[in-house]
Amino acid sequence: MSLPSLPANFGAENFKASAKYSAPVRRPVEPVGRYFLAHASRALRGHTWSEYEKIEAEKNVATVDETDEDADLGDEEQSEELLSHDPRDWKTADLYAVLGISHLRYRATEDQIRRAHRKSVLKHHPDKKGEKQLGQDGFFKIIQKAYEVLMDPTKRQQFDSVDEGAEVAPPAPKTSYDFFEAWGPFFEAEARFSKKQPVPQLGGLDATKPEVENFYNFWYKFDSWRTFEFLDEDVPDDSSNRDHKRYVERKNVAARKKAKTEDNRRLLELVERAFKEDPRMKLFKEAEKKEKERIKWEREAGARAEAEAKAKKEAEEAAAKKAAEEAAASAKAEAKKSKEAAKSAKKKNKRAIRNAAKDNDYFGDAAKAEAIDADINLLIESFDDLVLQDVASKLNGADATTAKSTLEAVAKELTASGKIPASILTYFV
Amino acid sequence: MVYIGISFGNTTSSIAAPSKDGSIEVIANPDGERAIPSALAYIGDDEYHGGQALAHLIRNPQNTIINFRDFLGESYEKVDPTLTEKSAKAQDLNGSVGFEVSIGEDKEALKLTAQEITVRHLKNLKAAAEDYLGKSVEGTVIAIPTNFTDAQKKELNSAASEAGLKVVQFISEPSAALLAHTSVDDKLITDKTYVVADFGGVRSDAAVISVRGGILTVLATAHDYELGGDKLDDALSEYIAKEFEKKYKVDPRKTARSLAKLKDAAILARKTLSNVSTATISIESLAEGIDFHSSINRLRYELTARNVLNQMTDFVEAVVKKANLDVLDIDEVLLVGGVSNTPKLASNIEAVFPESTAVIAPSTDSKATYPEELVARGASIQASLLENFDDEEIAESQSPVIINTQHLTKAIGLVGAEGEFITVLKQESTYPIRKTLTLNSPKGDVLLTIVEGEATVKETTLEPEAPEDDDEYSDEEPEVIKEKLYIPGKKLAELAVRDVTTDTLDVVFNITKEGTLSVSAREPRQGSVPFKGEVSHD
Repeated sequence: MSLPSLPANFGAENFKASAKYSAPVRRPVEPVGRYFLAHASRALRGHTWSEYEKIEAEKNVATVDETDEDADLGDEEQSEELLSHDPRDWKTADLYAVLGISHLRYRATEDQIRRAHRKSVLKHHPDKKGEKQLGQDGFFKIIQKAYEVLMDPTKRQQFDSVDEGAEVAPPAPKTSYDFFEAWGPFFEAEARFSKKQPVPQLGGLDATKPEVENFYNFWYKFDSWRTFEFLDEDVPDDSSNRDHKRYVERKNVAARKKAKTEDNRRLLELVERAFKEDPRMKLFKEAEKKEKERIKWEREAGARAEAEAKAKKEAEEAAAKKAAEEAAASAKAEAKKSKEAAKSAKKKNKRAIRNAAKDNDYFGDAAKAEAIDADINLLIESFDDLVLQDVASKLNGADATTAKSTLEAVAKELTASGKIPASILTYFV
Repeated sequence: MVYIGISFGNTTSSIAAPSKDGSIEVIANPDGERAIPSALAYIGDDEYHGGQALAHLIRNPQNTIINFRDFLGESYEKVDPTLTEKSAKAQDLNGSVGFEVSIGEDKEALKLTAQEITVRHLKNLKAAAEDYLGKSVEGTVIAIPTNFTDAQKKELNSAASEAGLKVVQFISEPSAALLAHTSVDDKLITDKTYVVADFGGVRSDAAVISVRGGILTVLATAHDYELGGDKLDDALSEYIAKEFEKKYKVDPRKTARSLAKLKDAAILARKTLSNVSTATISIESLAEGIDFHSSINRLRYELTARNVLNQMTDFVEAVVKKANLDVLDIDEVLLVGGVSNTPKLASNIEAVFPESTAVIAPSTDSKATYPEELVARGASIQASLLENFDDEEIAESQSPVIINTQHLTKAIGLVGAEGEFITVLKQESTYPIRKTLTLNSPKGDVLLTIVEGEATVKETTLEPEAPEDDDEYSDEEPEVIKEKLYIPGKKLAELAVRDVTTDTLDVVFNITKEGTLSVSAREPRQGSVPFKGEVSHD
C-alpha cells in the first residue's frame, strides 16, 4: 500500500485538522488474554506505551542477569582416588563430585551444573597442567562425561537413580535408635524418586493421625521414576555379532526389570518396617482404645443406670421382705407368748376358782366336796375367757358366802343361757 | 503453585493445565476421558463420577445426577426440571435446587443441593488433575456462560473453595474458546470479528466477539436452552425406535430403560458418524428381550437430524443480526462443543456465510483444536497468564475502570495513492490503542489524509462456467460474490510529510485514554524527525 504525493497547493502548514471522528461507544471488554493484561497493567500504573515497553524490556534483562550467590560452586577438592580414576570406567565415578557439587547432588539446578562445570574445566584443563605427556587428561575426560550426563534430563535421571552418594541408609534393624532421627533423613532422600511432588514428610511425634496416615498411604503407594539403565552393560556396537548384541540388550532389559522390582520391594519393606516401628502408631492405638472405652462407657451409661436402679430396687424389696418376715415372726412369737400368758392366766384363774371352794371349806358342806368340785369343774369348762376372769377376780379373797353366791349366780346364768344343762349340776342349782 | 483451567459444563467438564514444555494440555481423568461427563451416581456407599456415573443412567437412573450446572444459585421455581426427567429428579431443597439419592436401603436418603454436588464434582476434577500433574493444584480459572448471574458466580465460587480450589478468575466460555483458538500462531494480533458458537448437550450459546489490538469485546450473545446435542440424540433415538418397531412390531419407547438404551446407542452412533460415514447400532435386549442390530450412514443421520441442524444454523445467523452486523462482517466462525464435530453442522454454517468467512471445525479445518477442549484450554491459558500476578492486581484489573473502555464506531484510516481506503483502526477498536504500520511512499513530499471509513458492499457476478455439453440444460445461476469494502468517508485531517528520502514511512496512530487521536509519520531511520498532528472525537 502506498501513499500519494503531496499536492502542490497544500500550503505551508504541515497539519490541517478538518473534522472530529465519530463519537465512540463505551463497552466492556473481556478481561482475558495477554493483551488485555498488558492494557490493565498500563492503565493501573498509568504508564504510557513507551514507558510500558521500557519496563517490560528491563524485566527481560533482569531475568538474564546472573546472580552472584553460591560463587564457590565447584570449589570442592576432589580426592586423589577420583582424580586418578580411569576415564574408561567413568560410569563408576561420582559425577557430582567430579564437578565439585557433591553437596548439592540431585538438588543442583541446571545453571549450577553449568557454572560448576565451567570452573572445573578451568581448573583441570590439560593445558593448565604442567604435564605435557599424553594420557594425563583422564580426569578432564571424566569432567566432560559428567557434564554431558548431568545436562541431559533423561541421562541425569538415570544417574540420579543409582547415585550412591545421595543414598541415605535406613537404620540397621535390631539396634536402638531414635525413630525420627533415623528414619526422617531416609524418607527425605527417597522422596527424590517420587513422580508426585510434594512428598509428605515423616514429621515428629506431635503429628496428627491423618498426617501420619497420609504419610504411610503415600509411601505404600509410592510411584517411583527410578530407573536402572545406568547400570546397563555396554552394548557392543560393532555389527559383527548381532546375536551377541541382542543377547546383551535382552540381558540389560531383564536386569533393569529385576533391579526395579527389587527396588520397589526394598522400599515397601522399609516402609512396612518404619510403620511397625512408628511410636506414633502405638500412641494412636492407645488413644483409640481409650477413646473406644470412653465411648463404650458413655454408651453404656444408660444401661448402667438402669442396672443400678434395678439392683437398688431389688435390695429395697429384699429388705422390705425381710423386715416383713421379721415382723411376722416377732408377731407370731408375741402372739404365742400372749397366748401362753393367757393360757397360764386361764390356768391360774381356773385354779383359783377350783381352789375357792376348797379354801372356803366347801361352804361348810365338806361332805359334798366331791359334788362341788365336779360342778366347779363343769362350770370352768363351760366358761369363756371373760367370764373366767370375772369369776376368778370375784372369788379372789372372797369369804365362803360370797364365793358360794358368786358361783351359784354364775351357774344360774349358764344354765339360763343353756350353756350347760341344769341336770348335770348337782350342787349349784 | 499450579493454576488449572476448568470448563464446567452441564453435560461435560474438562480440565487443562500447562505441560512441562509450556503448551496447554487437556488432562484426562483416570478413566481416560478428556471430556469428563458432569455426572455423579450413587450405589450404596459408593460414589461414581464421570463416565462411570453416566453408565448408571440405564440401570440406576434415580440415583444418577446429571445436568446440574445451570441449577447453581437458582431457585427451584426458575429452573427447568425437565432436564432431569431421565435421571435423579431435581427438587426444591429449602429454596435452592437439589436432588435426593438413596445410599442403601436401610439408610436415610442423601439430600444434595446443586452446590454440594458441584463441590463433589470439582473435587473429583481436582483429584484427576493432581493425579496427572503430580503437584497440588491451588487455583483455577473457571469458564462460565456469559449469562451466569452474580448469585450463580458466588455459589460456584464458594463451591470451588469448598473443593479446595481458589477461583482466580471467572471468564466467559466464548472468550475462553477464542483465546484457545487464537493462541495457536498468536492469531490474536490480527484484528478480526468472530462468531463463537458453542453447541453443548442441553443448551447452545453464541457470541459475536471482535478482536482489536488483541483485546476481545463481546458485541452480542444469544442463548438457546432447547437446542443442543440432546436434541440430535433424540432425533436419532426416534429413528432407531422406528426401525425397531418396523422390524419387530414392538414399541421400544414404552419403558424408561429401553429409552435410556436407545439414547446411549444414539450418542455412540452420532459420535461415530462424526468421524466415519457409517456406524453400526447394536443394542442388546432393547425391548421384550429382542436385540437390535443395524447400521446407519451419515446421509441418513443428516436427514434425520435436519431440523435440529437447521435450527443450529439459524441460531448462528440470529446472533450476527443481534449484533447489528452482516454475515459479511464476520471473519471467522469458531464452533465449540462436542456437537461441532458433526460435519453437516459445519458445512451448513459455511453455506450461510460468504466464502471469505472461515468456519473452524474439525471437518473443515483438520488442524482445528478439538472443539470440546477449546474452553478448558482457554481457561488454562488465562490461568497461566495470571500466575505472574498477585490477587490484588487481578481483582483491580477487573474493575469497571479498566474493563469499560471506549470503542470506535467507525473505522479510521488513510487514503492511499489510488484513492482507496487503508484501514488502520477497525470499527470497534478499543482505546487506548497504538497501531504502527509501514507504508510505501514516494520520495519528496507525501500527503497523509486521515479519514473515516464507510462500508460498502461490492458485488461481483461470476458467470457460470459454460456447460461442457450443450445439450444438457444447466440451471446454474450466475454466482454473486459479495464483499464488504471500505471507501474513504469523512475527512478528519491532512498531514504533510516533507522531504522524504526513504521508500517507506512508519505511520503511528495512537488514541489516548482521553480519546485524542494523534498521528505521526517518520522515516524509518535513526534520527529522523516525525511529523504529527492530533484529532479529537465528537
